[in-house]
Amino acid sequence: MSQTISLKGRLSARRSFIDGTFRLFLYLSIFISLGMIFWIVSSLWSQAGWLLSWDLLTQYPSYDIDNAGFQSPLVGSLWVVGIATLVALPTGLLTALYLEEFAGKGNKFSRLIELNIQNLAGVPAVVFGLIGLAFIVRGFVKWGFTVGSAAAVIAMLMLPVIIIVSREAIRAVPPSYREGALALGATPWQAVWRLVLPSAIPGTATGSILAVSRAIGESAPLLLLGALSFVTFNPTGLDSPFTIMPLTIFKYASDSREEFQILASAGSLILMAVLFVLNLIAIILRDIATKKRNV
Amino acid sequence: MGEVKVGQRSVVLSPSPHLARRLHAQRVARYTMLLATTVSIIVTLGIVASLFPTAVRTIITIGSQIIGISWAPLFEPPEYGILPLFTGTIFIVVIAMLVAVPVGLGAAIFLSDYATFNLRRVVKPILEILAGIPTVVLGLFGLYVINPLYVEKYWPIGEPLAYSGLGAGLVTGILIVPIIASVADDALSAVPRAMREAAYALGATRREVAARVVFNAGLSGVVAALILAFARAFGETTIALMVAGSFPKFTANPGDPMMSLSAFIGFAGIGDAEVGSSAYNTIFLIGAILFLVTLIFNVVGNRIISKYREVYE
Repeated sequence: MSQTISLKGRLSARRSFIDGTFRLFLYLSIFISLGMIFWIVSSLWSQAGWLLSWDLLTQYPSYDIDNAGFQSPLVGSLWVVGIATLVALPTGLLTALYLEEFAGKGNKFSRLIELNIQNLAGVPAVVFGLIGLAFIVRGFVKWGFTVGSAAAVIAMLMLPVIIIVSREAIRAVPPSYREGALALGATPWQAVWRLVLPSAIPGTATGSILAVSRAIGESAPLLLLGALSFVTFNPTGLDSPFTIMPLTIFKYASDSREEFQILASAGSLILMAVLFVLNLIAIILRDIATKKRNV
Repeated sequence: MGEVKVGQRSVVLSPSPHLARRLHAQRVARYTMLLATTVSIIVTLGIVASLFPTAVRTIITIGSQIIGISWAPLFEPPEYGILPLFTGTIFIVVIAMLVAVPVGLGAAIFLSDYATFNLRRVVKPILEILAGIPTVVLGLFGLYVINPLYVEKYWPIGEPLAYSGLGAGLVTGILIVPIIASVADDALSAVPRAMREAAYALGATRREVAARVVFNAGLSGVVAALILAFARAFGETTIALMVAGSFPKFTANPGDPMMSLSAFIGFAGIGDAEVGSSAYNTIFLIGAILFLVTLIFNVVGNRIISKYREVYE
């Protein structure tokens, strides 16, 4: 006599109903999250897509709608974030290298720094504007409302993010790399400089690009640093007055005339396009980094 | 240069000729790195030093007036009742959390337990793009789409205007969905496979595994995600300023315009406030409050995260 045991038991109706409902909720959540992007972009596009032209990129901000554009804020954003990156990237990378490779895990000093960086990353952006106002615009440094002040503030904002992502990239480099180099007689610094750092570059680059794109979209701290004015010329140096993309959009948006609101939307589309390209580069780099590691 | 006995022979081990130079390079590099490391500490000290002297001085001058329902420090005579800023902030943050918690956690559970590997690879970068949308663009979206087309039309209480705390809360919710989704997904994905497999072996359905076993095991990380998102919403300036307006109204109706703590800094800080003026003093006071509150939440959140890392790694 043989006995058949069915392992395919049926779920009770109630259990399978709850399961189905839960699955629906999850799909809905992910649909809403992803749908938001398309909703935001499509509403900007339907309002201002027709306005996009090269003129928008070459004309300067103006209260005259036909001649208004985004050249000086685009160049201003490039200056501010470019200089901030030049400062924050090496500083952040060196800090990350020190913490991961030289400071020694678990001692008081490195724990303190770690805690400090984590919390610095969570400080609201607008607070960085306040330190800029107190110490850089006035106070000790007295740079005024210039590209230099803005770049200093944005660099402070980027620094913790770059440190955190670089540390992760450095941690992902297999210890055998260092050990191999040390066994061959390299000094620890040579092992780090010649082997660890180059292997960590794709990961660091990915994180840094995301930090840069966040910095480009940042508006709150520079609100306090005089970036909210129409500057109708490109910056020429650290001591130039400046404006940036997000705050020019903000400025246009606070004008009640509809034409200017459309202009604000057009500016947003330009800004989003820049950020999209940066994100795409970051994603491709990350793919390269993970493939390398898996080989 | 040390002499080493190898069997019968003695071998002289001499260091490579460049060792002195190499060690010198290492010393220089070490000091440079140490110098870079101190920068982040200087920034923190700078924040504290810029905020607190002015903040303390200001709170001493204001005194008990601070507990009041009228905030107008830029007017003559100035009024310093801070409660409207608190209610404005709380409305915006609570509404944002109401939107973002279910959606963000749903997305996180979907990514950790329901999505296939390939789907995950597509969805995660798109969520990152959502996380990268500048706040000024979200503010624009609130100002042109959410407020006029939804809040003004459908909000039943009072007479909604162009600005509303409700709209700002909804849009801030969009801002923090990807934060909750990605931090909570990290926590849930870190739950060991064996736990899932054990639950499946006992006949649990996928929902029971994801929502009961994995979710409970990763709960501390999920809580951390919510705390970090809360801190982010609390400090968000541009969205609150653009969508909720700049009128500190003490109100119980979320459809009204209102002002959050951070929005006040953005609002009063625009016009090149003179040192020592009421605007200058109050933005540093509010900045100190923002700094302290977000600091507490971030310390707690990060602490929880490092705890669960210890458990599973």
